[in-house]
Amino acid sequence: MTETRAIPCSEAVRQLWDYLDHAITPENQEKVEKHLSFCRKCCGELEFAKEMRAFLATSSAEEIPSDVKERLERFVEGL
Amino acid sequence: MESVIEVNEAAVRDRTRDAFQGLARAELPALYSLARRLVRDGAEDLVQEALLQAFRAFGTLKEEAAAGRWLKTILVNVFRDQLRKRSRSVDERPVGDLSDFSLYRTLVDEDPFPYSDTLHADFLQAFDSEDLREVLIRLPDIYRIPLVLRYIDGFATKEVARLMEAPLGTILARLHRGRRLFEREMWTYAQESGLLTKEDGHD
Repeated sequence: MTETRAIPCSEAVRQLWDYLDHAITPENQEKVEKHLSFCRKCCGELEFAKEMRAFLATSSAEEIPSDVKERLERFVEGL
Repeated sequence: MESVIEVNEAAVRDRTRDAFQGLARAELPALYSLARRLVRDGAEDLVQEALLQAFRAFGTLKEEAAAGRWLKTILVNVFRDQLRKRSRSVDERPVGDLSDFSLYRTLVDEDPFPYSDTLHADFLQAFDSEDLREVLIRLPDIYRIPLVLRYIDGFATKEVARLMEAPLGTILARLHRGRRLFEREMWTYAQESGLLTKEDGHD
């Protein structure tokens, strides 16, 4: 069995979002997890990445001004 | 005099129009919101053009339940085509060295809300939808579009690549660089706009 090579913080942080997206190879996933198991600073980065993703995913929709809404509804009626 | 076939075709056309209009009306807020995050000016025109193309292609919509995603896809296609017409070259404005920037670390170091126990969450909560748009609009198109589609509108990375007609690796690289740039712009915008001077990060 080969031992997973340790990676520095810069490399772990670089891969955090892809790690959350499951967009990295199993080998790199293991490296990031190993790094996170001992590095408190990068765990903070990971939590913040999760918060940022949730913030973006739940960001409220832009309000549609009533005059724009009326014009677009009239446009749809005219199709 | 109209034949029975012509009368029936007209009735089908009316029913189709009614169905499309119902779906389109329901999706107007979501379409407008997406358009506002993609373009600085001309969101209303973009929505109109998308609706026009969607109406012409309404027959290709297989499930009405998927109408929202289908309309957004058409809007993104229209936007991509408009970008191509406006400029043959991709907007590759230099964005500086991003390799060392970490918003997480910057917030810890600068500590803008010293009395907060939830510094990072408070920082994010200081941004309302208009602030978020202002930050997004500052980004070059090549970074903003994948970020909006992937992380705000929830398209899969592969779908983003297909929509942008770019290789998956290119989109992954732009998402990576775009996230760094977005975080740096959030920090810059927060400083410039006074978001950090509000008490504890809240209004």
